[in-house]
Amino acid sequence: MAHTRYATDRGLIARMGATMFLIGLVFVAFIAALVYLLGAFSNISTGGIVFLAVAAALVISLGSYFWSDKIALSTSGARLVTPQDGPQAAELHGIIDRLCALADMPKPRVAIAPTDMPNAFATGRNSKVAVVCATEGLLRRLEPEEVEAVLAHEMSHVAHKDVAVMTIASFLGIIAALVVRFAFYSELFGGDRRGGNNNGNNQSALPVILIVMAVGMVVYAISFLLIRMLSRYRELAADRAGALLTGKPSALASALQKVTGDMARIPTRDLRAAEPLNAFYFAPAFAKRGAMITLSGLFSTHPSLERRLEELAKISRQLSQ
Amino acid sequence: MGFLDTILGRTKPVAPNLDALFGLPTAALTLQASMDVQPTGTGSVCFRAAEGRAFSDIEKEVTDLLSMGAGKARPELSQDSYGFTWLVCQHPEDDLEGLVTDLHAVNSSLEAGGFGPLLLCTLVGFRSPAGQRLGLVYLYKRGTFYPFAPAGGERRDSALEMQVRGAVGSDLKIESDLSRWFPVWGAPGL
Repeated sequence: MAHTRYATDRGLIARMGATMFLIGLVFVAFIAALVYLLGAFSNISTGGIVFLAVAAALVISLGSYFWSDKIALSTSGARLVTPQDGPQAAELHGIIDRLCALADMPKPRVAIAPTDMPNAFATGRNSKVAVVCATEGLLRRLEPEEVEAVLAHEMSHVAHKDVAVMTIASFLGIIAALVVRFAFYSELFGGDRRGGNNNGNNQSALPVILIVMAVGMVVYAISFLLIRMLSRYRELAADRAGALLTGKPSALASALQKVTGDMARIPTRDLRAAEPLNAFYFAPAFAKRGAMITLSGLFSTHPSLERRLEELAKISRQLSQ
Repeated sequence: MGFLDTILGRTKPVAPNLDALFGLPTAALTLQASMDVQPTGTGSVCFRAAEGRAFSDIEKEVTDLLSMGAGKARPELSQDSYGFTWLVCQHPEDDLEGLVTDLHAVNSSLEAGGFGPLLLCTLVGFRSPAGQRLGLVYLYKRGTFYPFAPAGGERRDSALEMQVRGAVGSDLKIESDLSRWFPVWGAPGL
């Protein structure tokens, strides 16, 4: 019986699996195309560019993988707190203690960001170094039950190892972007060097590098859309796991409404300061609205509020059956 | 979590381990013998009340079930500030078996209703000879116990907790990760 109430959402799982499969497929196709192009034209400078791009992408990915917690903490200006650091910190610790006991997971570090915008984020490559951070606005403006729901969502991100998954998934996009950029720079600055060195191989250098650049752009565009799609599915998965953990999907739904509804009241300076962290947040501070509704839907890191509320209502019905 | 669960972003709700509770009466005897710590006869189950009719029905069923029998007080339901529900059972001080049986009945009803993952902890109250309150907290998801001794304000009597840990270590599985000994300030039944 316990299993029916907590049934996994097969549709979500299938869509997520398909997205990840596609990302892998594009990755393999990209590598194959590069190997083919370099093999066919055996062009040293293009090979160097690709090698450099892969190496730089590795450095960036490893950096964001290992320092995701420190980067997020310093960007948001959050500070780690202990239960003794005042009533807000004590309450936050109490909530997280209970969620950890419910979910049987090790306690993450707890941080508070001095931002008035109600939001929260979780980061860290595994549950040992994970940090769950709530903004002061979240603790002040939301009911305790809603704060708990938001934190349960964030802890689900930790449990799902979303930092690791998204870093690996983004690796492809980073390589593609760097290949395009490095190829572009080498065309800009490397032109006369090639002119002075006049042998057969370099005659084909320009077209190969342009083809590599074009391939990189296409791969980047596709992987960008796929990664955003994956991010939206991971958000839905975290919503679901968080709602089931606390048994209160409606509390999460009302928290979502408050968090996204409050965005309009926030001064612009705050919004701009929050921009780099958007992908980590509980709900993005930037909800683009207008005629480009489908396009912004494709590009956004989070599913639309309507979609999330609808999924939560489904869980609520499941729980009360 | 397995690799596939990570890839697909799913968490399986953790099922509670219920049977370890029956080790409590033995542990209570050990505590009495070695530290003169007496049970208070009060115990409580802490769980998260899910929204919806299904859960409230089960909750009502449990309280009805526990108040059956001659001269038994109806168990008290209360909400703490974190939104968790505590169901407090009161028994005579020497009837720890009866108390544990009642607590177990709560657990198994919730689990039978499919709400096992919402169980947080069970707490059984003790009193030290000096009058210090002490609780043995059972973590369902870990299947482990830890002592909790509030010492006025928001401070814990860690020395007493460590002493209890040493005393009952052979009777109960004590939680080895100290970071999971979370405080339950003002827990009903303590």
